[in-house]
Amino acid sequence: MIDSTDPSKRRASPWTSPEFAARLARRYRTERIFRAFGLTSIISGLLFLLFLLTSIVGNGYSAFWQTNMALEVDFDQQMLDPKSSGDPLEIAKGDFGGLVKKSMRAAFPDVKGRKDKRELYRFVSSGAAYQLRDAVIANPELVGTKQIVWVPVDDDIDMLMKGYIDRDLPETDRRVNDKALAWFDQLSARDAIEKRFNVVFFSAGDSREPELAGIRGALMGTLYMLMVTLALSFPIGVGAALYLEEFAPRNRFTDLIEVNINNLAAVPSIVFGLLGLAVFLNFFELPRSAPLVGGLVLTLMTLPTIIIAARASLKSVPPSIREAALGIGASKMQTVLQHVLPLAMPGMLTGTIIGMAQALGESAPLLMIGMIAFVVDVPGGPLDPATALPVQVYLWADSPERAFVERTSAAIMVLLAFLAAMNAFAVLLRRRFEQRW
Amino acid sequence: MTSVAIGEDRMSAGLDNASGAALAANNIKELDDSFVTVGEATLTSVDVRMSARDVSVFYAEKRAIANVSLDIGANQVIAMIGPSGCGKSTFLRCLNRMNDTIAICRVKGKITLDEQDIYDPKLDVVPLRARVGMVFQKPNPFPKSIYDNVAYGPRIHGLANNRHEVDDIVESSLQKAGLWEEVKDRLEQPGTGLSGGQQQRLCIARAIAVSPDVILMDEPCSALDPIATARIEELIDELRKQFTIAIVTHSMQQAARVSQRTAYFHLGKLVEVGDTKLIFTNPRHKLTEDYITGRFG
Repeated sequence: MIDSTDPSKRRASPWTSPEFAARLARRYRTERIFRAFGLTSIISGLLFLLFLLTSIVGNGYSAFWQTNMALEVDFDQQMLDPKSSGDPLEIAKGDFGGLVKKSMRAAFPDVKGRKDKRELYRFVSSGAAYQLRDAVIANPELVGTKQIVWVPVDDDIDMLMKGYIDRDLPETDRRVNDKALAWFDQLSARDAIEKRFNVVFFSAGDSREPELAGIRGALMGTLYMLMVTLALSFPIGVGAALYLEEFAPRNRFTDLIEVNINNLAAVPSIVFGLLGLAVFLNFFELPRSAPLVGGLVLTLMTLPTIIIAARASLKSVPPSIREAALGIGASKMQTVLQHVLPLAMPGMLTGTIIGMAQALGESAPLLMIGMIAFVVDVPGGPLDPATALPVQVYLWADSPERAFVERTSAAIMVLLAFLAAMNAFAVLLRRRFEQRW
Repeated sequence: MTSVAIGEDRMSAGLDNASGAALAANNIKELDDSFVTVGEATLTSVDVRMSARDVSVFYAEKRAIANVSLDIGANQVIAMIGPSGCGKSTFLRCLNRMNDTIAICRVKGKITLDEQDIYDPKLDVVPLRARVGMVFQKPNPFPKSIYDNVAYGPRIHGLANNRHEVDDIVESSLQKAGLWEEVKDRLEQPGTGLSGGQQQRLCIARAIAVSPDVILMDEPCSALDPIATARIEELIDELRKQFTIAIVTHSMQQAARVSQRTAYFHLGKLVEVGDTKLIFTNPRHKLTEDYITGRFG
C-alpha cells in the first residue's frame, strides 16, 4: 500500500514548492523590468537625437537659399573705363559702388530725397559692387552694354523674404521700414526678386555681412588641421602602442608610463592649448593661427586615446597567431607587423575615429594658439592663418544679426556632415581590414 | 603501420581491481633526484638528430622538468607519453626554443641539433625554428589564403626566388601533407575556412614548406575527429621517411600506432625510454607499467 498522504514519509522536492514558484516569478519580473529600462533608455536617446537633428535642420535649411534681385545694370563706359583702355586692371579701379547706386535709382525712379535714397542703397547687399567688378574683369566686353544681373540683397530683406519679419508690428519695431516693404512688394510683383541657391555659403570666407558670409575658410582650416592631426597621431600612437605592448619589458617604469598615458586622456583640452602656445608658437616660432599648429596641438590631445585603444586591440589578438608565426621562424618584428598588426587594425581604426571626432569638435585648445579669430581669407595651405568649423559656429552664434541664426545651424549641419563622412571613410577602411578567423 | 596490442593481460588485471584507484594514488609518488632513466635514452645504433642532456626547466621557482636526457633519432618517430602535467609539452617546446616567449621560464642543460648547441647565445633562433618546425594542438592557420599560409615560410626565409618556385614549393608541401587534391582548386580561399582536420594538415604543410630537419607535434590530433586523426597518423608514417618527428600524445594507442620509440614522462622526470613494442608489452619500471595498464593517468 502506498501511503502518500503522510507528509513525513514523502520527501518534498524544493522544485515544486510554492516558495520556489514565487521566487522564480520574482526573477522573471526583475528581468522584464531591466529589459524595459534598457529599451526606455535607447528610445529616449533616439528621441533626443531626433529632436536635436530636427531643430538644427529646421533652423538651418533656409540658410542654403539666399534672396537675389534682378538689377538692370548699364555698364557705363564713362564710369568704368574712361580711358577706353580695355585693360582689366584699369577697369578694376572703376566706381562699381556708384554703378550699383545708379542702377538702383533707375529701378525705382520715384525715390527722392537723401534719406530715402540712402535707404534704397541699403536694400541691396554691399557685395553687389564686388560681384559686378568680378564679372567685368572676367569679361571686359561687358563695358558699354546693358545687362540684367542677379545680385544678393541685404540680409534684412533676405529675412523678410524668408518670412522671419512680422509685417504686423509697428514700423519702429521692425528692421524693415514701410518704404522698403513697398519696394519689396514692387519687385515681387515683377518677379524680380527670388531665392536662389546660396553658393556664397560654400565659396566665401567669413564676413561681417551675413549675406556674404561663408564657411569655406573654416572648412579648409578644419580640413588642413585634421590632415595634420591624422598624419601625426596615427603613426605615433600605433607605434607607441606596438612598442609598449610587444617589445617593452614589464617593469615599474613601463607601468608608470601606462598610468601616465591613461591620465593624459583625461587632461582638460585647454591645457594642451597652453602647451602649444609655449612650445610651438613661442619656442619654435611657428606662424600663429596656422592649421599646422592647431594640428600639432590636437595631435597631443588625441594621442592618449589612440594609444589606449590600440593597446586594447593588440591585447585581444589571440596568442595562437603569435605562436604560429614564431614557430615557422618569423622574427619578432615580422610576427608583430605581418600577423598581429593586421588583426588588431579594426580596433585601432575605431580608436582613431573616436580620437578624430574628439579633435574635430575641439575649440578650447585653439583659443590659445590664435585660431579663435575673425579670419576672412580662405587658407591656401596649413601655414596660412585659419579658423575651424566649431569656432565658426561659436563666432556666428555670438553675432547679433538675425540672418546669422540660420547660418549657425547650417554650419552645424556642415560640421555633422563632415563628421559623418569621416566616420564612413573609417568604417570602410575597417571593413577592408576585418578578416574572419 | 604497426599495431601493437597493449599488454592486454596486464590491463585486464588492473581493471579487475576495484580498489585499483586507491592503490594507484599511493603509487603516484614523486621520484627523487637520484633517479636514473630506465632504458635506452641515448642512442648508439641510429643517427642522432637532436639530443638533450640534463635538461631542467623552471617556471619562476617551480621546477617543471628535472634532469632529462634523451636522444631523438633521425627519420624516426618518437612519442612522448605521460599523465597531464608531467612536462612532456614543456620538454617539446624546449627543442625549438618556444619557451623563450615565456618570460618566467628558465632552461638549464644542453640541447643540440646535429651537434650544435641550440641555446648558444650566438645562435640565431629564427633559422632554428625553421629547421625545427612545430605543429600545435589546436590548428592555427594564418588568417590568409591557403596558398599564402604555405608560402609564408619560404618567402620570409628566402627559399624561393620567383613565383614559379614558390608555386612548386606550395604544391609539393600540400601533396606531402595529403591536402593537395582537396584544395588545389581553391588555393586563394582563406585557410580558416577548412575543416579541423584539413586545417591541421595545412599547418603540417606550412611546417614542411621550409624543409625542416625535425617536426615537433604537440598533441596534433586531440582536437580532431577519429577519421581526421587516422589520416594524420597515416601522414606521420609517410613523413618519417623524410623528416624526424617527435610527437607528444595523450593517447597511448596513438603512440603505439605511430611511433618507433616511446618515452614515458612522470612528474617532470623521464622514467623510461625504449622501443615502442617493448614499452607496451614489457615495461621495465613499475610506474610505466601502472600508467599503461591504466592504474592512473
